[in-house]
Amino acid sequence: MSQIELAPPVAPDWHRWRQGLFSGWGNGLVTLLSLAAILWLLLPFIRWAVIDAVWTGTAADCAAETAGACWAFVGAKLRFMLFAFFPPLLQWRPALVVALTLALLVISAIPRFWSFRLVPLWVAALAGGWAVMAGTLGMAPVSTNHWGGLPITLAVSIAGLAFAFPVALLLALARQSDMGILRSLAITFIEVLRGVPMIAVLYVAMLIVPMALPSGAAIDKLLRAQIGVTLFFSAYLAEVIRAGLQVVPAGQREAALSLGLSRIQMLRLVVLPQALRAVIPAIVNLSIGIVLNTSLLAVIGIYDLLNAAKTSATDPNWLGFYSEAYIFAAFVYFTICFTGSRYSLWLERKLNGAGRA
Amino acid sequence: MTRHIQPGPSGPGLVSRLRSWIGPLPLQQSLVFIGVLLLFAFLGQNTADSMHRTGLTPGFAFLSHQANFEIGESLLPYSAGDSYARALAAGIANTVKVAIFGCLLATVLGVALGIARLSGNLLLASFVHAYVELLRNTPLLLQLFLWSAIIHALPPPRGAYTFLGSVYLSNRGVYVPSISVDGLSVAIWLPSVVLAIFAALAIARRLLAGSALYLPKVFGAAFGAVVCCLALAAFGLTASVDVPAKGGFNIRGGLSLTPEFAALLIGLVVNASASISEIVRSGIQSVKAGQWEAARALGLKPAQILRLVVLPQALRVITPLMISSFLDLTKNSSLAVAIGYPDLVSVANTTANTTGQALEAIIIIGAVYLTISLAVSAVMNLYNRRVVLRAESTR
Repeated sequence: MSQIELAPPVAPDWHRWRQGLFSGWGNGLVTLLSLAAILWLLLPFIRWAVIDAVWTGTAADCAAETAGACWAFVGAKLRFMLFAFFPPLLQWRPALVVALTLALLVISAIPRFWSFRLVPLWVAALAGGWAVMAGTLGMAPVSTNHWGGLPITLAVSIAGLAFAFPVALLLALARQSDMGILRSLAITFIEVLRGVPMIAVLYVAMLIVPMALPSGAAIDKLLRAQIGVTLFFSAYLAEVIRAGLQVVPAGQREAALSLGLSRIQMLRLVVLPQALRAVIPAIVNLSIGIVLNTSLLAVIGIYDLLNAAKTSATDPNWLGFYSEAYIFAAFVYFTICFTGSRYSLWLERKLNGAGRA
Repeated sequence: MTRHIQPGPSGPGLVSRLRSWIGPLPLQQSLVFIGVLLLFAFLGQNTADSMHRTGLTPGFAFLSHQANFEIGESLLPYSAGDSYARALAAGIANTVKVAIFGCLLATVLGVALGIARLSGNLLLASFVHAYVELLRNTPLLLQLFLWSAIIHALPPPRGAYTFLGSVYLSNRGVYVPSISVDGLSVAIWLPSVVLAIFAALAIARRLLAGSALYLPKVFGAAFGAVVCCLALAAFGLTASVDVPAKGGFNIRGGLSLTPEFAALLIGLVVNASASISEIVRSGIQSVKAGQWEAARALGLKPAQILRLVVLPQALRVITPLMISSFLDLTKNSSLAVAIGYPDLVSVANTTANTTGQALEAIIIIGAVYLTISLAVSAVMNLYNRRVVLRAESTR
């Protein structure tokens, strides 16, 4: 027999609006008061950002007494904000890498394409992206000191997640294990890194690591920052994965062992697939946190998106348009992270639904 | 045949307990541990060598040397020429100051926004939703930069923006009314603050216990407070509100916040209020609809339902999350270094630059934040054991 699915009745839009805004005297009053408050807060901003804004022209147009936001500045400095000091003639390289990375991100976000074949694809993408940016195979080389802007933000975030994952997996397993010494080491590492601000970890990477290396050895500044970001987030990711491990009932392990699987097989075939599946949305949320926190690289002098935006306002031709620069950077961050957080919500619903069916 | 039961040891011995703590593969584990130790010894030796090569002696002896830099603002009295230890203490005091004010204000704003989100009014709820999404999907450092840029772009004190004639916003800082209490010595106000905190805790406990009989006690406490105030007033205590006012080229009176402190405080409070409003919302929504219905069926009024049924259960969810967001705010206050507020990280950074003792400076930063984090998580564990787990077991 076929099942007939009836959608629940949905009230027409205007009805829901009326119910939400003017269901009674009190509610109507709240609506009017909040409307007044919102207008009071937002009108000066809208006036500045839209009505009085200067959309085209030069810095001289923006210097007028009545001028609001200077969006002409964003137009003029767009390439600097996105790619910082990358040689202008070669900026197709970071643009290409960003476009391919975003495309790969979108593909990886679709559950239908989830398989282990994505792993070599990402490894190839990271290596290929690095090769194109640095300029190998006969292309003009570009030192990492000149890299900057959005590619840095994306690359440090993605590489941070990719390298943090194996570290975090080992830490989470060690923290859950019955081996006391390993467990204590893992707990110490996780709690120390979660207890200090990220800026302290970045200072270690910037100031202490060069001193701690044997004399003569040196690690690239960007790579040092990358190591700091990776270790910092591996501690947080380890806690996320541990939460996933705790979701898997003990009976699953016992059943796997009684079937004669080795401990490694039990982890690989039974425990980890269930544990990781349970925490995928949490991992997506953590990745958003990584993207947001890479902005701290600005403090240690790496030209990520935020620092590039900040520096663009120090151009003598366009001096001091900090608010416009920050709002543009905020727009880029928001687009990436808001998409990510919506995706995480969607994924959570989808995975939960699949689990129940 | 009778079996003789040998009296065994009363419990596992120290060695066997240690062995069961170590678990399987003791040799390999020890090797890993020794490897980690060797790695740190190697890195430490290299660091010491590098420091010697640049003419530095590793250690904390520099703390007693003279620090020849100024600190923009400081709660502790400090001036250039005092020791580095005092400079760092001033930095810690500044961190604590912004953390305490930040947590208080973020709680007030966050709870208000959380309630607004739940209010059932479509406009208000959607506005708060947009606010939360905007703040949670942009970097905090960017928000701080933007607040700092906004405050520095304000008009000078002569043309300062003013709200209700008592709050002034200018590029020299933010001026708010202050309450100054005269004729009151530390010997009196410190115990009274402690007493007030204990009273508040006791009331919160009653609320948590969900007893309906706490109202007389609240009135009792309020009555006691009034009596105390009157008694103190009789001993020559005067409280006065100092409202800032424009005077010539500057603004006088009130409490003045430097632009850096104001930008940091506003940035941290606004950012944390978004998380706190979500915590409050999810905490209240975590109380199942059946609880509301049952309370309504028993004939309780809406305010009573909230106070006696919903809040006691929601607080169990809210409290741990709230404390962890206070901890986040405290750790995030380290971004002060980027906008020029002299917090611990900023002073330690200056110290590292002037003395070259970067390792020691970072160890101090780490030690202070770790102490705070571990102390808070110890309190949290205690709370979880006493409140959350007990509630789970009785459910």
